[in-house]
Amino acid sequence: MLADTTASKPEALTTASTGGPTTPSGHPPRSLFAGRARPGEAVIKLVLRLAAAVAIVTTIGILIALLVPAIGFFREVPVFEFLFGDRWAPRFADASFGVLPLVTATAWTTAIALLVAVPLGLGAAILLSEYARPGLRKVLKPILEILAGVPTVVYGFFALQFIQATVLREWLQLDTGAFSVLAAGLVMGIMIIPTVASISEDAMSAVPMSLRQGSAALGANRMQTSLRVVFPAALSGIMAAVVLGISRAVGETMIVAIAAGNQARIVTGPLEQGQTMTGFIANAALGDSRVGSLEYDTLYAVGLLLFAITLLVNFISIRLVRRFRQAY
Amino acid sequence: MSYRSLKIAGLTATIAAAALVLTACGGQPAASEGSADGAGLSGSVTADGSSTVAPLTEAAADFFRDVEPGVNVTVATSGTGGGFAKFCADETDISDASRPIKDEEAALCEEAGVKFTEIVIANDGLSVVVNPANDFAQCLTVEQLNTIWAPEAEGTITNWNQVDPSFPDLPFALFGAGTDSGTFDYFTDEINGEEGAIRTDYSPSEDDNIIVQGISGDEGAMGFVGLSYVEENPDALKAIEVDGGSGCVAPSSETVRDGSYSPLGRPLFIYVNNASYAEKPQVTAFVDFFVESSVEVAEAALVIGLTDEQKVTAQDELATLG
Amino acid sequence: MHTLQDSLTPSPTMPLSTGETSRERRPAPLIFLILLWLSLLIAVVFLLTLIVNIVLEGGSRFGAQLFTEYPASSPDRAGARPAILGSIWVIGVTAVLTIPVGVAAAVHLEEFADKHHWFNRAIELNVQNLAAVPSIVYGLLALAFLSLLGVRDKNIVIGGALALSLLILPVIIIATREAIRAVPSEIRDGSLALGATKWQTTWRQVLPASVPGIATGSIIALSRALGEAAPLLLLGALVFVSFDPNGLLSGFTTLPIQIFNWTGRPQEGFHELAAAASIILLGLLLLMNGLAIFIRNRYQKRW
Repeated sequence: MLADTTASKPEALTTASTGGPTTPSGHPPRSLFAGRARPGEAVIKLVLRLAAAVAIVTTIGILIALLVPAIGFFREVPVFEFLFGDRWAPRFADASFGVLPLVTATAWTTAIALLVAVPLGLGAAILLSEYARPGLRKVLKPILEILAGVPTVVYGFFALQFIQATVLREWLQLDTGAFSVLAAGLVMGIMIIPTVASISEDAMSAVPMSLRQGSAALGANRMQTSLRVVFPAALSGIMAAVVLGISRAVGETMIVAIAAGNQARIVTGPLEQGQTMTGFIANAALGDSRVGSLEYDTLYAVGLLLFAITLLVNFISIRLVRRFRQAY
Repeated sequence: MSYRSLKIAGLTATIAAAALVLTACGGQPAASEGSADGAGLSGSVTADGSSTVAPLTEAAADFFRDVEPGVNVTVATSGTGGGFAKFCADETDISDASRPIKDEEAALCEEAGVKFTEIVIANDGLSVVVNPANDFAQCLTVEQLNTIWAPEAEGTITNWNQVDPSFPDLPFALFGAGTDSGTFDYFTDEINGEEGAIRTDYSPSEDDNIIVQGISGDEGAMGFVGLSYVEENPDALKAIEVDGGSGCVAPSSETVRDGSYSPLGRPLFIYVNNASYAEKPQVTAFVDFFVESSVEVAEAALVIGLTDEQKVTAQDELATLG
Repeated sequence: MHTLQDSLTPSPTMPLSTGETSRERRPAPLIFLILLWLSLLIAVVFLLTLIVNIVLEGGSRFGAQLFTEYPASSPDRAGARPAILGSIWVIGVTAVLTIPVGVAAAVHLEEFADKHHWFNRAIELNVQNLAAVPSIVYGLLALAFLSLLGVRDKNIVIGGALALSLLILPVIIIATREAIRAVPSEIRDGSLALGATKWQTTWRQVLPASVPGIATGSIIALSRALGEAAPLLLLGALVFVSFDPNGLLSGFTTLPIQIFNWTGRPQEGFHELAAAASIILLGLLLLMNGLAIFIRNRYQKRW
């Protein structure tokens, strides 16, 4: 009987006129009384749609908020000078607007953070997904969640006062000053471990057991199975995890604002200090920038660059995932 | 466990949280309105500007709360220049400044119809500081300072032994105030001869504490901060003597007050919005309190207080307001 | 008999959990296992060092004064009262702003949207992108928005709440979608078969069933907002605040901002205070995460 009504009354059965929504099971809704849907429901559906539209509005808002002052900025400063200049002194009388120093500092802190987060995160993920008993998982997963939950301010001052002052300068006697990209990068890496670990672990858990059993049947030990079967099978998810780690590292503000330093200079080594893009925005926020002034516009120009880099990284991640996804 | 009871639990939790929030802020009005001491004033006083003067204003706000607990005083540190920008946009009642107002800024204020009164509230010895491990730089002349900090020095003067051949081969690590700071304006004016003229390859910050951190971390470090930060951090900073033409003078309360620490001894100001003073009783009360107890407040904030003469002048200025 | 299952589950009779018999003991798999444990250990040791460091430094200042006093110019008289209340205020307003919108958006995307329509695909793409945007960009957005409205003093509760709400909105949408997706279609179909409309089905069957998942996701998202400082810096949050927040337009400060303020000050006493305030913040976060895990374990239905 249900099938009859589906065939004969397609209009009444769809509750919205945008081509027919589908439920998660993929079938059109099969209410017999949809034609008598209460009028309030149309309002509710509109409200829901508006709520969902907030996501688009936010993105448009961000784009407008960043572009308008940035365009004002680029009227004063040529794009080429901004992107490739190597002297960043925007607020001084003899001003320069070359953003390269900020980009090098961001690159260094991100690279160091990844060097820490990717091996440790993947190691933790393989351990959790391939080796650990359920009891161990219940203990270790919350620990990783706590690691992710520590506020970045707390991490930042730990980086400055313990890692930089005590570990790097006192214990290891390294030739470094009060700030360094190494201290900031190390701590940032630890902060990102849970991100890399949890997404990689999800990806590895999704690999069917049959693959592991097949590998064992061929005589492989667990290490070989993990590295040569599970890891490649979960590669798309693992890549997504690494890329998400990259975008978190690039966008992190407090740790670098506190521990990496304040001087905008081309960073050439891990023990040097430097100012990242986010560090510049945070530091500039401590002063005052009048709306419409060049200082204000500079803030948003750097913000736009940051946003663009994050979008690019996200885009690459989606592409990579699609390319390497193995469907089971 | 049914979902209905879960929903009810969730609703109760939300209501409880809302009640908590309301009682939490409800706790404040009981203290602010009709308190036993003071006139029971309420309202807000906003101060912004120099991070050299901020410890002073914060100390004043702190003590003021004992007298008038209902008044909300906020002290921000956007730098002297930033503070004036907000002040002349009529966004703040008081502007903290470690240098006098510039002509352009005064013009901005006039355009916006903001009338103000300048009051000298304390003194400061702008100190040239080095890392405590630095034992070779005891005294520098103004010319030597100029060599180090002039715009031409950018990229060229990078080592202590370029300043004086007897100094060791130790690279500089320079820290100092940023462009919004009155300390920056004052230092560049006195040392480099022109406000704002400075090499740009140093670590600028509006937050003097970052300067302290930076200098304490590098043996070859050098910078400039207000004296209160030196007194507050004897383990992190060492102030060197400055020779302004009549011998090496160390910055201290005495040398600043009697004018011998030159050219870097300077007055610290607050600029009061006349309209705020006239119309907001809490602003009147706070400014009066601030000026009257400026010496005690300065002591608490480790800032150099006014001389007796300066105190009289300040009170006169205050009288013109009231 | 030695079965495949035996190879894959550690048991007392197997010499190595690497799946090898004692005859073929090679170092590589053992070293591998040790390295894996090491990676986890490094993270745990780091966390413990951090916590111990904070507790040692802040323990002495952790007392009633921390909760009841206002910031002062001397560490011996200072407390974090405005920061604690400010955090509660801002997170409360954020929750009120973002949870209804996030849940509504997720309901739309999961239940009512045509997944092939360009509008809904655009929304999905946007949600994914927004989740990866740096938090400071949300601060820039809030700053621009408030400047547009002509708001003078942007360091107000509603301003901070706006920035944080937009920051965690994508997280809440994603978490809610997961929770809604987990509800099997049989529930929906059964409800529809009984004559309910789509909305009635959603409101009375699907949503109640997803409440634990939504609650977990929201609490975790809010705990993230609790620890944020960067977006608030742009609104001018680094201010010496000596009063309780008292309204949506009131000035405020939050625990992370206060910690940032105090650790930047030279006096050692302020560093201790900052550590003590960090203890409060970490405690709050642990509580929230614990609550989320509790709800997840206790109420999450396994279908």
